[in-house]
Amino acid sequence: MSDANDKKINLTLKIWRQKSAKEPGEFVTYEMSGVSTDASFLEMIDQLNEKLITKGDDPVVFDHDCREGICGSCGFMINGNAHGPQKSTTVCQLHMRAFESGAVLTLEPWRAKAFPIVKDLMVDRSAFDRIISAGGYISVDTGNAQDANCLPVPKPDADAAFESATCIGCGACVASCKNASAMLFTSAKVSHLALLPQGKVERAERVHRMVAQMDSEEFGACSTTGACSVACPKDVSLTNIAKMNRELLSSTLFKREAAESDGI
Amino acid sequence: MSAKLDAKIPSGPVEDKWDEHKFHSKLVNPANRRKHTVIVVGTGLAGASAAASLGEMGYHVKSFCVHESPRRAHSVAAQGGINAAKNYKNDGDSVYRLFYDTVKGGDFRSREANVYRLAQVSTSIIDHCVAQGVPFAREYGGLLSNRSFGGAQVSRTFYARGQTGQQLLLGAYSALMRQVDTKQVELYPRREMLDLVVINGSAKGIVVRNLNTGEIESHEADAVLMATGGYSNVFFLSTNAMACAVTAAWRAHKRGAYFANPCFTQIHPTCIPVHGEMQSKLTLMSESLRNDGRVWVPKAAGDKRPPQQIPDAERDYYLERVYPSFGNLAPRDVASRQAKFRVDEGRGVGPTGMAVYLDFRESIQRLGVHKVKERYGNLFQMYDKITGENPYETPMRMYPAPHYTMGGLWVDYDLQSTIPGLFVMGEANFSDHGANRLGASALMQGLADGYFVIPYTLGNYLASNKLEKYATTHDAFKEAENNVRMQTSKMMSIRGARSVDSFHKELGHTMWEYCGMSRNATGLKKALEKIPKIREEFWSNLRIPGEAGQVNPELEKAGRVADFLEQGELMCWDALEREESCGGHFREEFQTPDNEAKRDDEKFCHVAAWEWLGGNKKEVRHKEELTFENVHLATRSYK
Repeated sequence: MSDANDKKINLTLKIWRQKSAKEPGEFVTYEMSGVSTDASFLEMIDQLNEKLITKGDDPVVFDHDCREGICGSCGFMINGNAHGPQKSTTVCQLHMRAFESGAVLTLEPWRAKAFPIVKDLMVDRSAFDRIISAGGYISVDTGNAQDANCLPVPKPDADAAFESATCIGCGACVASCKNASAMLFTSAKVSHLALLPQGKVERAERVHRMVAQMDSEEFGACSTTGACSVACPKDVSLTNIAKMNRELLSSTLFKREAAESDGI
Repeated sequence: MSAKLDAKIPSGPVEDKWDEHKFHSKLVNPANRRKHTVIVVGTGLAGASAAASLGEMGYHVKSFCVHESPRRAHSVAAQGGINAAKNYKNDGDSVYRLFYDTVKGGDFRSREANVYRLAQVSTSIIDHCVAQGVPFAREYGGLLSNRSFGGAQVSRTFYARGQTGQQLLLGAYSALMRQVDTKQVELYPRREMLDLVVINGSAKGIVVRNLNTGEIESHEADAVLMATGGYSNVFFLSTNAMACAVTAAWRAHKRGAYFANPCFTQIHPTCIPVHGEMQSKLTLMSESLRNDGRVWVPKAAGDKRPPQQIPDAERDYYLERVYPSFGNLAPRDVASRQAKFRVDEGRGVGPTGMAVYLDFRESIQRLGVHKVKERYGNLFQMYDKITGENPYETPMRMYPAPHYTMGGLWVDYDLQSTIPGLFVMGEANFSDHGANRLGASALMQGLADGYFVIPYTLGNYLASNKLEKYATTHDAFKEAENNVRMQTSKMMSIRGARSVDSFHKELGHTMWEYCGMSRNATGLKKALEKIPKIREEFWSNLRIPGEAGQVNPELEKAGRVADFLEQGELMCWDALEREESCGGHFREEFQTPDNEAKRDDEKFCHVAAWEWLGGNKKEVRHKEELTFENVHLATRSYK
């Protein structure tokens, strides 16, 4: 039983503190003792904050909400790893049993030009929303749909689309990429919609617009290292990037053909 | 009964009400729609679907959410599925059966006409979501797959593994972002609604705090739509996300919107048990697990053997024993209460004794690990991460936890509150689930309200009323802004000794103990003495560090807890005055000899809608009588 194995550990935390995007930040060291190994990582920070508040200090700000690994709000670097050391796990689902007593943990916000710091470990990822609004949808107004079973979708396609659609938009991929590229995020949405028959109508325009928006947000180019997929808490696969590149290439070719046939 | 509580249910047979009503509703000409500004607060399933649909129709929509992105609203965490009366399984489902199951499941405390409409539009929701590209589970032939949920004997639940809420929300979010792209919808993220502006009796706007800068902003509109979720966080520990709060609804309540059936809260039977004092929230394990998992406790009290060592003959599969026809798929309120009874008998399991087993051994033998993984893989993984135990080998330990609130702002058939121009959708309203919500019905209701109800009923309001335009310089906006600023500076200036969370936990413990899974008059009266005392200390000994003019999560939480401290008290009053048991509201004084909820249809076949009077005055309880013309009042039986 896990509860029977509940241990208490001590930790040293070095946390990035920064009041706002305009002010410089610095690492501040905090000692934590008697942390339950059954606590989640964010509950451990709650505990630190409770102490800071009682002392009258500013608590550490971090984004979080569902604490079930699905809303995509949380995320920061722990010793250089996005969401910490455990594979396929958001930081809200990481539990303290993953750490040894005496560990020194350095916590930093996602570092990317496209993700300005709001405060401490919290960053602004609205660039992701703008990429989605540049075509990450199927243009169907409410009330137009035919019966759902009129359009069978082969199960392997539906399953693959689902796998791509599980992206939670946390930004770990960007933070782990040395170029701060948003290729994995963008390609997951492009693939999800391109794999489904409903999404095929707009696929060429979609990939063009989404990639253009991604570039204009100043995300970097793909580093081809695959760090994004390793860091992804939802295991979104690198093949999405390959798929997006293929979509982009073929849509460019088709676009040229269409333009030529129009006499342009 | 107050004249204000007219549910405006259309006349005629229940099957025709909605069609008739749509036909008789006034329309807004497409060219005139752009002249109307509509505020939508919240971007969960109800809010995002409403904002997107109204944008598509040509209205000018302003969409607000507390999150950094609309995609993070808590609908994203719904796991199991969404019901629809498609009858794709050819197993006897129909609109009428979904209607019947929902009215019965709600223990006859919902409105027939609303529930029928919900069942009617359920099929369009699935069609629309598939058209949007929601990747529902499919069979090898390419058609949609279904599974079963509690309180029904047909398979009508559509799902996307254990992430149905996420996929539906991303569908609604993408539709919303498409409207943002065309500039029909303006997005206001990181804004928290802190007041409703009412001018000449009608809702005309909202006051919000920008959570990044601390600025107080006013926004004007012809109508305000709230889809701000439920209030389970009044218990501190619940399956809700950390930011889920009653604040928007409560502030609207204090401006005149009646609050209906606050004591109707849902305690979900299968959640991961509490592990320690620092725990910040509870995690649900989808009801869909009860399709293939069997719930049991040892027959003997105090049996501390590991589950694998307890032979079948010494296990009590109590749901199958007590409810042979529904078995493990008994409705939530029933399953939760039965778990509590077993724990109270001393037969609970795990280190705390506050849990029951949910066992997949037989399903794994029958279907193989692969199939079980395909159905529930992400849930098993989540369980493993939180508890450090592998549910493929050891049964899950489960205990009930607050999950959903059936109560909420009172609305009529058009989803309009007692304040004209204020509409309430999704979990934030009280409408369709009565005293207990069936599984996979929340997603259905949120999307029904947003995609298929509000586009008609809002148009009727806009077309039927002469709507004055007011600038945000109007005195009512200034008064509301001052109200918000004063509360903020009052909280900041206390500089006491205790954190917001410490008060929230104290309130939560009180609510769980006296107004949780079972309630009695003595306990409720005790809670009614305790809560004002906690509130008093809150306002004299609270400590919020930092400043108001910047990102300040403690200040945000303080505003929310201040509202819970008032709303929790109303919940207790509502629970005390409803002297019957129904659905999730179990009063120990009112039960059958075999411990089932005992309704009192003579005295309590009504909705209780509470009116705020201000200050410390006790609220006034109004009634909306419920009539059942189609599903006849009967004692629920799942045996």
